[in-house]
Amino acid sequence: MPSDPAAWRRDFPALDVRVHGHRLAYLDSASTSLKPTAVIEAVVRVFTHAAGNVHRGVHALSEAATEAFDHARATIAAFIGGAIDEVVLTHGTTEAINLVAHSWGRAHVGAGDAVIVSALEHHSNLVPWQVLCADRGATLRIAPVDDRGRIELAGLTALLDGRVKLVAVSHLSNVVGTIAPIAELARLAHAVGAVLLVDGAQAIAHLPIDVAALGCDFYAFSGHKLFAPTGTGVLWGRRELLAAMPPWQTGGEMVGSVHHDAARYREPPHRFEAGTPDIAGVIGLGAAIGWLANLDRTAIEAHEARLHRRLRDTLAAIEGVRIVGDPEAAVVAFTVDHAHPHDVATIVDREGVAIRSGHHCAEPLHRRFGIAASARASLALYNTDEDIDALAAALSRVRQVLR
Amino acid sequence: MSDLDQLYQAVIVDHDRSPRNAGTLADATHHATVDNPLCGDVVTMQLRIEDGVVRAVAFEGRGCALSRAAASILTTMVVGRDLAAIKTLGAAFETFVRGVDGPAPADLGELAAFAGVRRFPSRRACALLAPKALDVAIGHLVTLDTCT
Repeated sequence: MPSDPAAWRRDFPALDVRVHGHRLAYLDSASTSLKPTAVIEAVVRVFTHAAGNVHRGVHALSEAATEAFDHARATIAAFIGGAIDEVVLTHGTTEAINLVAHSWGRAHVGAGDAVIVSALEHHSNLVPWQVLCADRGATLRIAPVDDRGRIELAGLTALLDGRVKLVAVSHLSNVVGTIAPIAELARLAHAVGAVLLVDGAQAIAHLPIDVAALGCDFYAFSGHKLFAPTGTGVLWGRRELLAAMPPWQTGGEMVGSVHHDAARYREPPHRFEAGTPDIAGVIGLGAAIGWLANLDRTAIEAHEARLHRRLRDTLAAIEGVRIVGDPEAAVVAFTVDHAHPHDVATIVDREGVAIRSGHHCAEPLHRRFGIAASARASLALYNTDEDIDALAAALSRVRQVLR
Repeated sequence: MSDLDQLYQAVIVDHDRSPRNAGTLADATHHATVDNPLCGDVVTMQLRIEDGVVRAVAFEGRGCALSRAAASILTTMVVGRDLAAIKTLGAAFETFVRGVDGPAPADLGELAAFAGVRRFPSRRACALLAPKALDVAIGHLVTLDTCT
């Protein structure tokens, strides 16, 4: 079982690319992760050896695709501790959350009801609830975030009452890098009869996820941040909730028998999977999880925790750099005095260092911290001390360029 | 000169650090705020236009060096010009920034400093935010907020 970052790195051909003549320091995995060879080969193999559609044909190519596709769903379910029929395949976290807002939300949120989100949410875990609440005459309540970037539990508790139908929070913030106490939030939500949806887009690649232990009702994540292709995502939902939910998108694949005037819908998860899925992407996601399962997860967690401390300490030691909040894992967002994050990102890119700049689809959170934008460095298991040193060296260029 | 030094030429850094005509105009007749939803940058242009000619201008900008410098430089070039001339200037600047290579047309003045942005396609939108605000402002007598 490889437990050596150098061995993990060799699985990522994208790391060999030279950027503006420099070694690539890829510090933008929170946007999207790089893909290991195992995933790339699995995707290619779909088109060379299993190019049929799934769940439709009786011929060999279709059967091969179906088998690999169903195997991927089982792999995903096992990875998060859920059952196979609780894993709905979507095109990403955004679609997974929209699915819940449209299907569960329209069935359960009515006039006078309320939905709670936190002040640190990504737009994809905010706007669907804004739209749902506006549509249903419900109220959207915002749970406050403290100066460290953590959801204030007392503030959230104060918003909870019998009118709240759903609480939606991010497991690991994509900006401030804080981890929400999901099990505790689940207890608080359930105590008033609300369900808890967790946006796991960032957490899925960094924290061990066991949906049963977390106690949440919905868990959404994307494949592309978990070393899989873009265009894949997962909504895990508790079986009894999914079973009672109406379809969202309709069409082929999600129906049982169809007549001209009516159709019967299939059981979950197929009820929520209208149309041909991203077959190669889903199989790629299964391959990503399979690849990850062969690595030493404890060693990965220790490596990432050490790198994160080093990233924080390195940035904190640079004059004029200010870290946003008090990040706990995976990401560190920061500002540089007298330099806009876009200019910072452009300048370090020319040194081969890839970071994100802007509001990272979390504009209200930036407003909460009194800034319009930030730069963000984020980690994955393939990062090394050298990447962090490259960032620090590149940041020293900022003052030279913007002299 | 490196790509980066091309991009952040002294003229651009100077206008970012010491913007001209920054602030608001009490007697503005035309006004527009334009933002780039992808990055959150915002530029507000205010103009006093009399008889079809710009008499005064001010801007407020929140954003990167490129977007602020473009706004600042533009404000130094519009007073005394009529609306047709401003539209021509904006169009010429956009054509230049979206181009590949070659010298800047003489009438672009200090905006020629944006030659380097042609090597940074993802940053073109930063340079073009201010001209967009100017274009929207001269087309509208009333306050108008819009997204690019």
